[in-house]
Amino acid sequence: MQVDGVVGLFLAKRDLKRANLWTTSLIIFVMLLTFLNLVVVSGILVGLIEGSVSADKQYSSGDILISPFLNKAYIENTPEAVAIAKNIQGYQASVVRYTGSARVESNYRTTIRPDELRDGAGGSLLGIDPESEQSFSGIDKFIVEGSFIRKGDSDSVVLGKNLLYKYTPIEAPGFQTLKDVSVGSKIRITTGDVKKEYFVKGIISSKVDTFDSSVVMLDSEARKLIGRSDYNANQIAIRLVPGTDPIEAKAQLLASGVGEDGRVQTNDEALPKFLKDIQATFGILGNAISSIGLVVAAITIFIVIFVNAITRRRYIGILKGIGITPRAITISYMIQSIFYALAGSLIGMVVVFAVLKPLFVAHPINFPFSDGILVATVPGTVLRMVILLVATIIAGYIPARIVIKQNTLSAILGR
Amino acid sequence: MITINNVSKIFQSGEDEIRAVNDVSFSIPEGQFVAITGRSGSGKSTLLYQLGLLDRPTKGSIVIDGVEVTTLSDNEQTRLRLHNLGYIFQDYAILPTLTAVENVMVPLLMQGISEKTARTKAIKALTRVGLGDRINNTPGQLSGGQQQRVSIARAIGHNPKVVFADEPTANLDSETSRTVLDAFLELNREGQTIIMVTHEPEYAALTDRIITLADGKIVSDTSNR
Repeated sequence: MQVDGVVGLFLAKRDLKRANLWTTSLIIFVMLLTFLNLVVVSGILVGLIEGSVSADKQYSSGDILISPFLNKAYIENTPEAVAIAKNIQGYQASVVRYTGSARVESNYRTTIRPDELRDGAGGSLLGIDPESEQSFSGIDKFIVEGSFIRKGDSDSVVLGKNLLYKYTPIEAPGFQTLKDVSVGSKIRITTGDVKKEYFVKGIISSKVDTFDSSVVMLDSEARKLIGRSDYNANQIAIRLVPGTDPIEAKAQLLASGVGEDGRVQTNDEALPKFLKDIQATFGILGNAISSIGLVVAAITIFIVIFVNAITRRRYIGILKGIGITPRAITISYMIQSIFYALAGSLIGMVVVFAVLKPLFVAHPINFPFSDGILVATVPGTVLRMVILLVATIIAGYIPARIVIKQNTLSAILGR
Repeated sequence: MITINNVSKIFQSGEDEIRAVNDVSFSIPEGQFVAITGRSGSGKSTLLYQLGLLDRPTKGSIVIDGVEVTTLSDNEQTRLRLHNLGYIFQDYAILPTLTAVENVMVPLLMQGISEKTARTKAIKALTRVGLGDRINNTPGQLSGGQQQRVSIARAIGHNPKVVFADEPTANLDSETSRTVLDAFLELNREGQTIIMVTHEPEYAALTDRIITLADGKIVSDTSNR
C-alpha cells in the first residue's frame, strides 16, 4: 500500500509538472469557481438576513434587550433596572425607549368626501432621549431629509421611511402611506384618545424596522401621548463591551432581580421567530444551490480524469504491463484530482477572506431591507473545502478505475 | 527456467475459431537467448504475450522458475511481471511524461526501492545501454533508437529473470538495430535469459536458438550453438 502511494505520487507529480499549463489553469479555474459558488452563494443568502440582524443588533436591540412581560404594558421599575444594568460586568452603554402604536395623518384639516381616504398611515410611536440614542446607536446618521430631533424639540418628530409613499410606494389594502408629507409638514398623531400636532423635522431610512416604521419623538412627548406618568419604559437596550458573553451578562441581570420586572433576552433570543425561520430557509436554499455547484464540480473532475485516462489508455496499459499495480495508477489519478481541488479551494480561500469579505464589508449589497454582507466563517469554509475535496476524490477515482480495469494487452495494443 | 506445455490461444471470430497459438510445447533453460520467428500472422507475438503474462492462454500451462503462472490472479501476475520479467515493446512503449531515467525508475520504485537508490540503478542501466548522457531527456527529445534503448534499460533495470522483446528492431534503421542487438548480446553474455520475437533472419541467427512458427505451430526448433 505504501509503495503504491509512493509510485502514485511519483507519477502524479510528473504528470502535473509536465501537463499543459493552460489546461491545468483552466481546471483549477473551474474548481475555484465551484468553490466560490459553494461559499459565496450561500454566504450572500445568509448574509442578506445577517445584515438585517446585525443592523438590528447595532442600532436597536443591542446585546441584551429588556422588554415588558407579555401581559404588561411596560417594564416595572425601569430606572432601577437601568441602574443595575450599568453595574454589570462588561456593560458599555444602554438606551431606554418608549413605544406605542400611532396613527399619523396629514390632511386632517381638509374636508374630504365620504368615499375618500385621509392621507394617513399607521405606525409605531418611538419615544427616545436624542442624546443617549445618538451615543448608543448613532441612528441619526441615517437621516435622509431634514435633521434628527434634539433635546427641546417637543413640537417635532422624525418619520420613518416606511410611513411615506415617496420611500415605500406600496398601495395595498390595509396598508397606507403618507403621500403629501415632507420635511416641514404638519401632521397629527393619534394614540388612543390623545391627538397632537407635530412638525416633521426629518425623515429616517436606516433599514432598521424599529426606526423606519416609527414616528420618532422625544421620550417626554411619547410619555404624554401614551399616558405614562412614571418612567417605566418599553425597551431597555444594553450594549456590552466586545468579547463579553451576553449569556453571562443576562445571568447577572437575572441574579440582580431584573427578571422580575421585565423579560431579559440576549439578542439571539430576542430575534423574531420569522427572522430565524428566514435565516434557516436561506441557509437551506444556499446549501441547495451549493449542492448543485458541487455536483457540477464532481462531473467536471470526472470528465477531466475520464478524458485523461481514456486518451492515455495505452499509457495505463504500459504501466500495468511493466508491473505497476492498478492501485498505484488509481492513486496517481486521485492525487491529481486532489491537487486540482486543493489548488482551486486554496485560491478560493484567499479570494474569499482577502478580497470578497473585506469588499462586502466596505461595500455591502444594497438590498431593500438590509445591507447584505458575505457570511463566511473559517470553519464553515474549511468544511466546504473538505466536501469539495471528497467529491473530487470520488469523481477522480471512478473514471480511473473504469479505464484501469480494461485488459492490459488490449490497452497496450490500442485495440 | 521456462516450460510451456500444450499452450493454445484460440480467438472466436463469429462461429469460427482462430488458433493463433496451437498446442505449443517447449522449454527454455536459464541464460539462453531465443529467437521466435515466423511470417506475419504465424502467432509469434501472441505466443510472446502468453509467455510474458500479458495475456492468458486458452489451454495449456506455463511454468516460470518452478511456478505455474497461468492460474495466478491478475495481481499475482502483475507482481511476477514486476519482479521477474522485463518487457521490450515493438514501439518502445516508454511513458511520454517521464524522462529517460524516470521511465527506468518506475518499476524499481514499485519494488519498494527508495527513490535515491532507484535513480542510481536507473542511471546505471541507462549507462549500460549507452544513454548515460541522456538521462534527463523526455521521449520527445530522443530518437527512435534511443527510445528503444530506454525501453531496454527499463526492462533490465530491475534484474529480471527473463527479458521478452517483441520485434525490438522493427521500427529502427539497420545501424540502430545492430546497436540494440549488440546490447541484447552483451546482456546475454552476462547470463540474461532473453526471448525475442523477430522476423529478421540475420538477427535471429545471432541468438542461441531459433523457434520458428507457422499457423500457430512450431515448425522448427534449432540451436545455433
